[in-house]
Amino acid sequence: MFEELKAQFVLNFITDDRWMSLLWGLFVTLKITFFAVILGFVLGFSVAIVRNVYENTKKLKILNFICNVYLTVIRGTPVVVQLLIIYFVIFSSIRIDKSIAAILAFGINSGAYQAEIFRSGINSIPKGQMEAGRSLGFSYAQTMVNIIMPQAIKNVLPTLGNEFIVLMKETSVAGYIALEDLTKAGDIIRSRTYSAMMPFLAVALLYLIMVMFFTYLLKLFERRLARSGR
Amino acid sequence: MAGDKLIEVKNLSKEFHGKEVLKNISLNINKGDVVCLIGPSGSGKSTFLRCLNKLEVADSGEILFEGVDICKKDVNIDLHRQKMGMVFQQFNLFPHMTVLKNLIIAPMKLQGVDEESATEYAMSLLEKVGLADRANEYPSKLSGGQQQRVAIVRALCMKPDVMLFDEPTSALDPEMVGEVLSVMKDLAEQKMTMVVVTHEMGFAREVANRVVFLDSGEFVEENAPEEFFTHPKNERLKTFLSKVL
Repeated sequence: MFEELKAQFVLNFITDDRWMSLLWGLFVTLKITFFAVILGFVLGFSVAIVRNVYENTKKLKILNFICNVYLTVIRGTPVVVQLLIIYFVIFSSIRIDKSIAAILAFGINSGAYQAEIFRSGINSIPKGQMEAGRSLGFSYAQTMVNIIMPQAIKNVLPTLGNEFIVLMKETSVAGYIALEDLTKAGDIIRSRTYSAMMPFLAVALLYLIMVMFFTYLLKLFERRLARSGR
Repeated sequence: MAGDKLIEVKNLSKEFHGKEVLKNISLNINKGDVVCLIGPSGSGKSTFLRCLNKLEVADSGEILFEGVDICKKDVNIDLHRQKMGMVFQQFNLFPHMTVLKNLIIAPMKLQGVDEESATEYAMSLLEKVGLADRANEYPSKLSGGQQQRVAIVRALCMKPDVMLFDEPTSALDPEMVGEVLSVMKDLAEQKMTMVVVTHEMGFAREVANRVVFLDSGEFVEENAPEEFFTHPKNERLKTFLSKVL
């Protein structure tokens, strides 16, 4: 029994340095998640601002319409389908790096969810803050940048951290475009060794460790936020 | 003191959901005036004050501030607001900034004052309201009365021509009302032009040079404080005073 487990372990991880491909897959997963969250941050932030400006001043009507279409489409379709469309339809004639396609797909997807996070953050700031800023002579945009946004972002940082963790797990479908992320790396090992248990348990364990690690970081961070200021 | 008009309000009207909250109000405010607006709640006095710096937009009428009609669409209201300090019932300090940063951000970003002179001016004002030692605290560490004094200083740091007070003591615990009123009294003594919506009849009587009574959106009576409180002419004012005094 023990001998067999050991043999399986050697076959799945040691032979041909297969553990290296798991490690590389992990790196790809983290890379995609990291850049997708940043892209999503930029998109989500911009969309939230546009929608807020529209709600308060009725300006930017066309942009607001575009944003609403974006939110509806992205939140109304599965991320796998979005990934497939971006890689096989939009970039069908252009050779681009698979990880760039994945970053675009997951970033655009995450942006729609982050937009809602930012919007709730902005709405959580009391109306008096905007009035106080405006009464001093700040324009709407200046009040947004100097007074509302710093408070709103601080309020939503924990939720954004959570979005990072959720997105990291979501990128496991990147194998659909044959991108070798962590999940795909496990699958490749399975196809070579014809044993599924070890590689997939290892993949699951690696995700779990990552999630636990980032959750722990997030907790530390939240505690620091709670201590500073208010 | 009389003569120099700072704000001229002509025939100001405003509706909220079909209900008239301001009915054709006209009022002149001269340099150095301390005008107290009193009246029952819902009388439109806060709305009137907020119309003066366009936090509320009037439906019709003119507001001439230093000769410019700020109700016109093409007016850059941000520039005029720099000359009108406003103090709110709920203080509305910026909670993510220290007291000092609250005070210097507007002069630095809007008037191009450098940090050193902005700080120097802010500290000299903080000194006057007795809060210089709290400059590096966050607002949440301060009591209500202290926060409101900081809010007054924040408005003053822009060197405004007029100060608008929207029930500045209504959200305070009773024992803190005095410290805020005394800061306002000092301001009045330095000839700052002030428009104050308040329920503090003692303050109105002692500090104001004009008291205005509003009721259900109408301008009912205006007089010098002595006359206003001792010989009210209008029946509605008489009833109101009998309830509050």
